Amino acid sequence: MSFSIKKEGEVVVVDVEGQLIVGNRQELKQKVLDELERGEKKFLIDFSQTGYIDSSGLGVLVSLSKKIREQGGELRLANLNDDLKTLFELTKLDTLFQIADTRDRALHSF
Amino acid sequence: MVEVDIPSDVRFIERVVELVLRECEFMDFAHRQIMLNVPVALTEAISNAILRGNRDNPAKNVHVRAQVDATQLIVEVGDEGEGFDLDASAVDPTTPENIEREDGRGLFLMRKLMDRVESVELPHGNLVRMTLHRE
Repeated sequence: MSFSIKKEGEVVVVDVEGQLIVGNRQELKQKVLDELERGEKKFLIDFSQTGYIDSSGLGVLVSLSKKIREQGGELRLANLNDDLKTLFELTKLDTLFQIADTRDRALHSF
Repeated sequence: MVEVDIPSDVRFIERVVELVLRECEFMDFAHRQIMLNVPVALTEAISNAILRGNRDNPAKNVHVRAQVDATQLIVEVGDEGEGFDLDASAVDPTTPENIEREDGRGLFLMRKLMDRVESVELPHGNLVRMTLHRE
């Protein structure tokens, strides 16, 4: 499990590879907060290579969403598979996040 | 059957989940159960045992026992803590006042993703037993 970060235009894109769970959520949080501190405003988290997400992982996404919004930024999520979509629907987090089917759609939605 | 003791270290969770998933795959559980129900609910249960039950004390272990057959998975997660009331933290994380909370989704997900979740108080610790019928 790991996270890779790169810049696509003005957007910071984070790929979540493997699981996003209690054991690694802080790493994701810190990476995004570091970018936010550097002045970045637009963030996209891509889940195309993600296995499963637990409640801690969901909690970190909620927390990051708030922090980014407080700094006047925007967060988008992309490429949730059917199981991850179900997870977001069960927790109603699909109503809190802007979720795109593809990376391109998310990038063009800013 | 999977039976394993791990120290209270969240880095071990994924490995234990992997062991249980292998058994479920062998018994031909549904794709969604293998990709969503089992890994998420089991991660929550082990994480609860480490962080709430054992209070992150590395000297205390978490015991995981999973029995899988053609009809169901029964998995038990036991800690060596002083016991905690699983239901005490039960909130509905989907309400407008809770939706932006960082915590409070663990037990909710266990109950949504498993057919049955029971909490048993042990003389020295707490045990959570979860049942999922194979689809």
